[in-house]
Amino acid sequence: MNYALLSTEVLTAVIGLTVLVAGLILPQRGKKVVGILAMLMTMLVLVVASLHFTDYEVFFGGVYQVDAYGSFFKILFLSAGLLVMLMGGKYVERFEERSSEFYALTILATLGMIIMACAGDLITIYVGLELMTISFYILTAYVLNDEASAEAGLKYLILGAISSAVLLFGMSLVFAMTGTTIVRDIAAQFTVQPAMIAGIVLMIAGFAFKISAVPFHMWVPDIYQGAPTPVTAYLAVASKAAGFAALARVFMLAFPLDQFNWSLALAILAAITIVVGNLIALAQKDVKRLLAYSSIAQAGYILAGLAAANVYGLKGVLFYAMLYVFSNTGAFAVTTAVEVETGSTDITAFNGLAKRSPFIAAVMTICMLSLAGIPPLAGFVGKFYLFSGAIESGYLWLAFIGLIMSMVSVYYYLTVAKAMYIGPAESEEGMAIGGAARFALWACLAGTILFGVFPAPLSQMTQCAIGLFF
Amino acid sequence: MDISLADLAFIILAGFTLLTALGVVLFKNIVHSAIMLVFSFLGVAGIYFTMHAGFLGLVQILVYAGAISVLIIFAIMLVMNQDPEKTNLPSPNIPNIMAGTYLTILLVGALVGSIWFTSFPEKVAPVSGDELGLLTGLMLGDYVIPLELAALLLLVAVVGAIILARGAEHK
Repeated sequence: MNYALLSTEVLTAVIGLTVLVAGLILPQRGKKVVGILAMLMTMLVLVVASLHFTDYEVFFGGVYQVDAYGSFFKILFLSAGLLVMLMGGKYVERFEERSSEFYALTILATLGMIIMACAGDLITIYVGLELMTISFYILTAYVLNDEASAEAGLKYLILGAISSAVLLFGMSLVFAMTGTTIVRDIAAQFTVQPAMIAGIVLMIAGFAFKISAVPFHMWVPDIYQGAPTPVTAYLAVASKAAGFAALARVFMLAFPLDQFNWSLALAILAAITIVVGNLIALAQKDVKRLLAYSSIAQAGYILAGLAAANVYGLKGVLFYAMLYVFSNTGAFAVTTAVEVETGSTDITAFNGLAKRSPFIAAVMTICMLSLAGIPPLAGFVGKFYLFSGAIESGYLWLAFIGLIMSMVSVYYYLTVAKAMYIGPAESEEGMAIGGAARFALWACLAGTILFGVFPAPLSQMTQCAIGLFF
Repeated sequence: MDISLADLAFIILAGFTLLTALGVVLFKNIVHSAIMLVFSFLGVAGIYFTMHAGFLGLVQILVYAGAISVLIIFAIMLVMNQDPEKTNLPSPNIPNIMAGTYLTILLVGALVGSIWFTSFPEKVAPVSGDELGLLTGLMLGDYVIPLELAALLLLVAVVGAIILARGAEHK
């Protein structure tokens, strides 16, 4: 075993701890450096992970695996973490003394996600998941003088603990039937028995909580709204992608589709998620809450690709998860900037944004159009993959629901654009955003447009990554 | 159906664990709940013993029933500032409780049914011999990544607990 291939994981752990220690030992004046340090080091790890994209090695008899699939998600999580830290810099300043721990917890949550995506063993997936969620419990409650944030943290803690218990019970049933927790070995021992099916159903429920599929989505609106906005962005893009990464690996490799058809269950879940998420989003008046419901709907689209369980569908899952990082983080970056400026995320706070800062309004509009799936933006290509996969697997009705609901979603995405462009402006003053946030906005904009007009490189990466399953 | 002595021990211990766990939720006095939690931990330790995992059982008693429950009771003592009889009251919303209860009964029923009608294969034999050596071999061998990760997880939990307990900046 070549342990050098674990460099991404080790480096992520090291920078998390370095940031934590730097926050403690640096003098008061030097504390501002910690955030920059965290971002630079994350960028370094991102480069390392990108260079090692095609590595392949199975560690410890399958407990941990370095492969293109895992590397794809490593790049995704690190980019998401980097973008969130860049765009949240100004927001994090309000935490003063605690801001270095904010960065450390964000990086350690990223480590948990990386482990979830690469683990080939149920216990390791669970530990990675707990590292991620416990970091998020703390980050969600980080605004200590805001009751909504404390309430969100507590709610997330209780509901997250229940979902972990459900997931663990499912895993233990699967272990009882197969005698192993290693994903590849489960497939060899697979037998269709009532307890096995119960185990699979409980695991679907546990993961569906993490990816916020209906009916396991009840926690999403309150927690997304209560959490600090950068944390909400990170929860929406990366925590969800981590859930999908683990879900796809476990279900594609451990439970053979020809013996037990779990794909129909996921297809129904996807359909309900798309419909409920989009319909409730129509009624929202707060942009953060609107994005929360929109993220539920987006999870439904990705789940449709996973339910298809073929080359197109899974390529779509990976493609969409990646573009979602850029489009959704862009939307949240604008929301963060508006919240820092006006102290509110209500839709009226966006009124006249186009006059105050045309660039920010343009980023918001383009990101939202991408989320709605308007060509030539990235969201369109992603949805094209997802729905072609669903049709190829015989879920024509699912693709149909997805298409109709995408059209519905254009309405609520455009209400925000309407407020920005024709809403009455309260002031004509330009909005000041920091250089880092501006860079993050440019990166999100570039990702959203580039993946749309020139999808080939990302598409090749996803093709290489899903080579694991076919 | 014949029940062996080991099965009987398991049924008694599992029932005891479940009842005490219910007690944690249902008692109105949080101190009583904490004591029920200790008994619940002891029940789990008993289940470990029936499964020939003596070391785990002892650790369960030492760490959970011993150290952690004492910490919990200390924490209750330090922060409690009201009548202990009213510290762990159930939700007053009866329809919610009923809906939850029905769903739970349905879920538990389905699970019990699926487990009852399954013939479990004997995949994993009880460990004999050097149990501790086997455990450490696994933890520092194949499962070294989750072990190291668990260490980081504890660090995150400690840092988070301090941050949240210390309170907001005073302005």
